[in-house]
Amino acid sequence: MELTLNHYLALSAVLFSIGTAGVFLRRNLITVLLSIEIMLNAVNLTFVAAGRHFGSVDGQVIVFFVMTVAAAEAAVGLALIISLFRHKESLSPDVFTSLKW
Amino acid sequence: MPDALRPLIDFLTSPITIAYIVLIHVVFFGLQGAAAVLVLAERKVAAFSQQRLGPYRVGWWGILQPIADIVKLLFKEELRPKAADFWLFYLAPIISATTAFAAFVVIPFGPPTDLFGLLPEPINLQGMDVNVGVLIVFAITSMGVYGIVLAGWASNSKYSLLGGLRSSAQMLSYELSYGLALASAIVLGNSLSLREIVDAQQSNLLGGVLPTGWFLWPSFFGFIIYMIAGIAETNRAPFDFPEAEQELVAGYHTEYSSMSFALFFLAEYINMVTVSAVATNLFLGGWHWPFPLAWGWGFGVLNWLLKVSFLLFFYIWMRWTLPRYRYDQLMTFGWKWLLPAAVLNVILVAAGVIYFS
Amino acid sequence: MIPLDVVLFYLFGGAAVACSLAVVAQRNPMHSVLLLIASFAALAGLYINLDSPFTAVTQIIVYAGAIMVLFLFVVMLLNTPREDVASPYGPAYVTLTSGPRKAYAVLSVILLVELALAVRQFVSTSAPSGPAAAAHVSSVKAIGIAIFTDYSLAFEATSVLILVAMVGAVVLAKKKL
Repeated sequence: MELTLNHYLALSAVLFSIGTAGVFLRRNLITVLLSIEIMLNAVNLTFVAAGRHFGSVDGQVIVFFVMTVAAAEAAVGLALIISLFRHKESLSPDVFTSLKW
Repeated sequence: MPDALRPLIDFLTSPITIAYIVLIHVVFFGLQGAAAVLVLAERKVAAFSQQRLGPYRVGWWGILQPIADIVKLLFKEELRPKAADFWLFYLAPIISATTAFAAFVVIPFGPPTDLFGLLPEPINLQGMDVNVGVLIVFAITSMGVYGIVLAGWASNSKYSLLGGLRSSAQMLSYELSYGLALASAIVLGNSLSLREIVDAQQSNLLGGVLPTGWFLWPSFFGFIIYMIAGIAETNRAPFDFPEAEQELVAGYHTEYSSMSFALFFLAEYINMVTVSAVATNLFLGGWHWPFPLAWGWGFGVLNWLLKVSFLLFFYIWMRWTLPRYRYDQLMTFGWKWLLPAAVLNVILVAAGVIYFS
Repeated sequence: MIPLDVVLFYLFGGAAVACSLAVVAQRNPMHSVLLLIASFAALAGLYINLDSPFTAVTQIIVYAGAIMVLFLFVVMLLNTPREDVASPYGPAYVTLTSGPRKAYAVLSVILLVELALAVRQFVSTSAPSGPAAAAHVSSVKAIGIAIFTDYSLAFEATSVLILVAMVGAVVLAKKKL
């Protein structure tokens, strides 16, 4: 029994679909953002596993960039959540239906 | 079956494995002992700086006071507020203590030794030599914030919550300067392994009288920034906002009692030891002595302990000398002064390394 | 005898999947955030299994140590545990009676099935990667050289991105500029 690239690809696929399901199904903006983080991490795992498989550091470099993008995304997303919460006192995405207030 | 287990048994009974097991126990219990000694030292130094006597009843010169404190904490009643989150309330002190102990695993405290010929080959005096050691210390220290934040949130009390909020903002802010100060030593040592960085500081000028190899000199401001950020990271005065007793009762551990409080207390003192030990290894030459003396590994460990003790004394001295900042002053200082200074320091050190190499 | 890396793969992989599932199924946002941190720690273990200690440590420092603290900070600031339970807009989960979201539930199940099928087709095709690749991959120096030579433009662009995000976050979250 030996580990192959496909073991990691399968795991990352499972994690990615869990994240997708979270974005689709949950009605709490914070959990939706967390699910997006799960998806980003699933992709990171693919990059690292593929980089290891092909003997290249490029995969880890991409992960490094994905992390900075994730940090930027989390900062802006959480700022949006705070300002939305201030207006409606709720975190459910169904509440925010108007384009302007 | 015995044949299949033979490699395992050989591995477990080899002198090197046993030596490492003993070593890890020495580190673990050494840290607990250090915390106990520090509690006494803190009270004694406080007393001297306030012209009092400090603890002097329990044992000669109050030497048994830590034991009395521990016994008292053990026998106190464990209280949990009714509105507290059960799991997180008990998880928080565990996280604090675990991260405090775990960060010390990669820190070396002496030269390689074969323990007076007891071992077939020399072992490193550290739990584990990892090639990204500095980053591991940084990573585990940054996990320590969860203990405090969770304690603040799970207690479900306003003082605790404010303490938790303050600590999360404070530790995030000072982590950047802390990391950049570490980076200056990494650049100088050309390695991420703590042991290699220490060994890069061996060279001494003037017949070995002056410790010119120490990274304290090329990165002097790095050392100062590291110590300031380290004090902020461990939530010690003058940056002890998460528990500021005049404003928040006791901050994040207001609702804790007995052993769960003791774990927070233990974690605080072990974190102090960790910060001082990393500073010793990165900036003060670790176990290397300025004079070229070949007195063996025991002397190296003693030398290392002396340097760490001096930094710990400095820590306690700060606490009983300086008043607490105001919270906005803390943020202004961290972001507008310390962080630019740290960035400038890294740039200057890196430029110097490129210029002189 | 099962090799150690296989044991570690199933240990960390199982932990990552279990924690991620719990993140999505959890109603208390505070617990969600903490379970996600556990999931990230498991992923860091997988990265070490993949001979990438630098990425593993970065994962802990950046994700667990910085981004998740931000999440924790916001959850504490809003202080709305179990907010979505008592929402006047229906239950927290999508049920079979919950209108257009039914389609999303079906979609995510289809996605899962599709991914499982895709993975099953490939399971026996690729060869294990040898230890020869490990030395190059695990070197921090090689990563640094790659970032500052081949990817230097992307690296500079990220710094602009971070600046934009920082300004954006301040503009969005501050009550009065």
